[in-house]
Amino acid sequence: MATIAGVFSRPTRPTGIWAWISTVDHKKIGALYGVTAFVFFLVGGLEALIMRLQLARAEHGIVSAEVFSQLFTMHALTMIFLAIMPLSAAFFNLVVPLMIGARDVAFPRLNAFSYWVFLLGAFILQTGWIVGSSPNTGWFAYAPLTAESFNPSKGMDFYVVGLGVLGVSSVAAALNFIITIINMRAPGMTLMRLPVFIWMTLVTSFLLVTAMPVITVGLIELYMDRTFGMNFFNVDAGADVILWQHLFWVFGHPEVYILILPAMGIISEVLPTFSRKPLYGYPVVVLSGITIGFMGWAVWSHHMFTVGLGPIANSVFAITTMFIAVPTGIKIFNWIGTLWGGSVDLKTAPLFAIGFIFLFIVGGLSGVMHAISPSDAQQQDTYFIVAHIHYVLFGGSIMAVFAGIYYWFPKATGRLLSERVGKWHFWLTMLGMNLAFYPMHFLGLDGMVRRNYTYPEGMGWDFWNMVSTIGAFILGFATLIFVHNFFRSLRKGEISGDDPWDGRTLEWSIPSPPPEYNFAVIPTVHGRDAFWEQKHGSGHGVHAPAGGAYDHDEGHGIHMPSPSILPLITSLGLGIAGYGLVYSFPVAILGAAITMFGTYAWSMEPATAPDEH
Amino acid sequence: MMKRSLFKSPAIAILGLLLAGGCNPDNPQSILVASGPVAQRQLDLFNLLLWAVTIIFVLVCGWLVYTVIRYRRKPGQGIPEQVHGNTKLEITWTVIPALLLAAVAVPTVAAQFYITEPPAGSDQMRIEVTGHQWWWSVVYPDSGVVTANEIRVPVGKAVVVDLTAEDVIHSFWIPKLAGKIDVVPGKTTSMWFQADEPGEYLGQCAEFCGESHAWMKFRVIAQSPEEYEAWTQAQLADAPQPATEAETTGAQLFITKACIACHKIEGVPAAAGVIGPNLTHVASRTAIAAGVLDNTEENVRAWIKDPSEFKPGNIMNRDGLAYTNPQFALNEDDLNNLTAYILSLK
Ligand code: HEC
Ligand SMILES: [Cu+2]
Ligand SMILES: [Cu+2]
Repeated sequence: MATIAGVFSRPTRPTGIWAWISTVDHKKIGALYGVTAFVFFLVGGLEALIMRLQLARAEHGIVSAEVFSQLFTMHALTMIFLAIMPLSAAFFNLVVPLMIGARDVAFPRLNAFSYWVFLLGAFILQTGWIVGSSPNTGWFAYAPLTAESFNPSKGMDFYVVGLGVLGVSSVAAALNFIITIINMRAPGMTLMRLPVFIWMTLVTSFLLVTAMPVITVGLIELYMDRTFGMNFFNVDAGADVILWQHLFWVFGHPEVYILILPAMGIISEVLPTFSRKPLYGYPVVVLSGITIGFMGWAVWSHHMFTVGLGPIANSVFAITTMFIAVPTGIKIFNWIGTLWGGSVDLKTAPLFAIGFIFLFIVGGLSGVMHAISPSDAQQQDTYFIVAHIHYVLFGGSIMAVFAGIYYWFPKATGRLLSERVGKWHFWLTMLGMNLAFYPMHFLGLDGMVRRNYTYPEGMGWDFWNMVSTIGAFILGFATLIFVHNFFRSLRKGEISGDDPWDGRTLEWSIPSPPPEYNFAVIPTVHGRDAFWEQKHGSGHGVHAPAGGAYDHDEGHGIHMPSPSILPLITSLGLGIAGYGLVYSFPVAILGAAITMFGTYAWSMEPATAPDEH
Repeated sequence: MMKRSLFKSPAIAILGLLLAGGCNPDNPQSILVASGPVAQRQLDLFNLLLWAVTIIFVLVCGWLVYTVIRYRRKPGQGIPEQVHGNTKLEITWTVIPALLLAAVAVPTVAAQFYITEPPAGSDQMRIEVTGHQWWWSVVYPDSGVVTANEIRVPVGKAVVVDLTAEDVIHSFWIPKLAGKIDVVPGKTTSMWFQADEPGEYLGQCAEFCGESHAWMKFRVIAQSPEEYEAWTQAQLADAPQPATEAETTGAQLFITKACIACHKIEGVPAAAGVIGPNLTHVASRTAIAAGVLDNTEENVRAWIKDPSEFKPGNIMNRDGLAYTNPQFALNEDDLNNLTAYILSLK
């Protein structure tokens, strides 16, 4: 044993870049996720701006039809898989252990592995921009347009392999968080005492673990078709191409909730804190989140109302889709109920949260309109839908992400983001968002089909397209303001202290930024909103020295997992294998060998660095 | 109180604009004015929902804004009462939306069945439409008429359309007449529409189908039954013989420049291609290139000269010898003569 331990020794206290490369600390990994995802958010935004420029006027020649196809495909893939999902992962990483009173996630190395695999999957997906052929069939990639015969470029291969690799990352991360939440809660934190954000993380993770395999099946079939000439989606060989649509949307609809449930969790933390009231109807909010998780599996065919599945199938899916609005509505009512009677401090974080509710109501209501299958046949594939998805994904997910950043930034960095700049950011975002996306409702009702790289004059679409483009640029500007706020506050922001918002949950009971071991003493929890109860209530909330009782020298004896380089090596193997699957099989085998070696070494690696005992 | 009334009146004005105010029902593809029973049924449902969601929006957002204003933190304010919920209220706001949705489900299901098939016993006809990258072929199985990109129908008759695709998935949509239905290779889907007034209705492919998806349009022209009958008879005839010198030369070029590889012209045995639209009576159509260009001399010439100028990636340009093989290239005279011939195919 000793020799093996000697071969696979763990790095000791690395510094600088090595500290990041070999980190297994959930806070560092969260920061990596956050920064990477935000960069991709900017990339996706840039793609959107190019498209908006192209559509600002009729028959504009900014980009060609082919480039436009790649832009809308990559915009969706980037925003969904490389921005919103990893931004959620960033919050999971940064917040979950702190909120449940844990020192790290259940499997720290697996956590690092998830991040590196995500990064490599992202590279694979983006390779198309470098080699000149990105995926160009829309993110839904309907067969048979994806077949080798219609689409000989490498773009679709990057799509298949990139999403496959990203799926590995998602499933690994989700399993990690499920196990963390189930097993690593502080004593006394029963399930019904979990903060709602933790609940939503849990539901989202279950959705990830169950939904990603479905798309993976589709991706493997598509890969087989394209690479080995198999016939999963070959009509001439008798295939039914609708199979792809079912596989895609059985994944795709739960995916929608994967994108929005974490956002709902963030909102459910921010609103109580800033109105100084507990979340209204906690059990119902939790239950509705779980219900959404289950019902999310029973509505996928609303994306296929025009496929011709027949009136019975359409009616069934129309009804299930309508009823998923009920648990969603419950959440909205309970959020407003939380504000009602509270003491609402309109800081930037709650402004974004309130903006979320407002925009999500708009998007939710247009969603109900799409659920009406007969009239949806007029809306499907028009800008009416584009308006809807941006109200729920930008107005929903991204607004919540910003709420979360303004809320937890001080915990992560020890400094506050500027409130003054934050207000500008918020109001410009609201303005830009509504100018960019509200007119799309009109365009859709006026018959403008989406994914068209241009449109002729005389259709009456010019005016609102121009307005939408202006809105998009305001949105871009607002985002730059945020970036400025972020970097400035990182260096010069006001020192926040441990508990700047009079928080309710455990993360506010420890120093900002938290020490590596988070909690010097694992707290014992006696109720919901434990930290708030301790400060303002019966005093029975949590038994742990709060805030000032911490001292950075304390916890010296706490045993934390040592850094490890193997997660990176193992995931590098996967990345190499991914490129190999696109370009050359020997390389794929090499990559697989590296991953196998990495996994083996990983299992042999000693738990701590040799000198740390 | 002051604050609230300030909020109210502009809010209502803005709301007016926010609803359909920004839309323009005169737009040729607006769904807010229907010209047939299917689109009308869909519009009725849409309007019902629009009112419902508007009322809900006003109530809920009004409540939200009011709450935020009323309960905004005041300086020196203490800790508010720690209310944890109210079971009765929560049940109420679960049950009411559920009941509302159940009420909407009834007309939804009824309309879903209605738009699938025309009412039994109604006056019906069938057509078959096939989607190609990036145009539509149209067959009238009863009369035997074959045409492309332009569907003529008699007013007041229910038209059942059976659809399939040659290559990838498309979607068939005539906003003023009926919502869309996907056009899937290897499958037949169907829908129906009926035009109540004579006129020209724009249609468009709604499912992304490749590079020139934006230019895959078509037109539906509804005519009186007499005009429709006359049109059918004219379409059944063979193509007219070339009359002028230019037309005659054009007819020969059509063969020698390999246009016949893809285009069919009844009465010209050599011209039997099926990759492109049937051109037997192309000059009788109002548009060419799948509803993209009006059928004028200038446009026909420009199209034959360089189809990719109008539709990037299109097959005529990609595979036609006149565009890929210099030996078959078209000079200015060829273009004039071919144009003359095409325009003679009335
Ligand atoms: C490789 C097959 C191919 C060849 C060869 C070809 N075409 Fe075409 N043609 C097409 C296709 C496909 C379309 C439909 C294009 C579209 O609308 O996207 C078309 C459309 C047309 C149209 C418009 C028809 C309509 O109703 O919209 C005309 C006119 C036409 N071609 C003329 C010609 C002439 C003249 C030649 C010979 C120089 C020719 N074509 C050669 C495939 C071909
Ligand atoms: Cu969905
Ligand atoms: Cu199309």
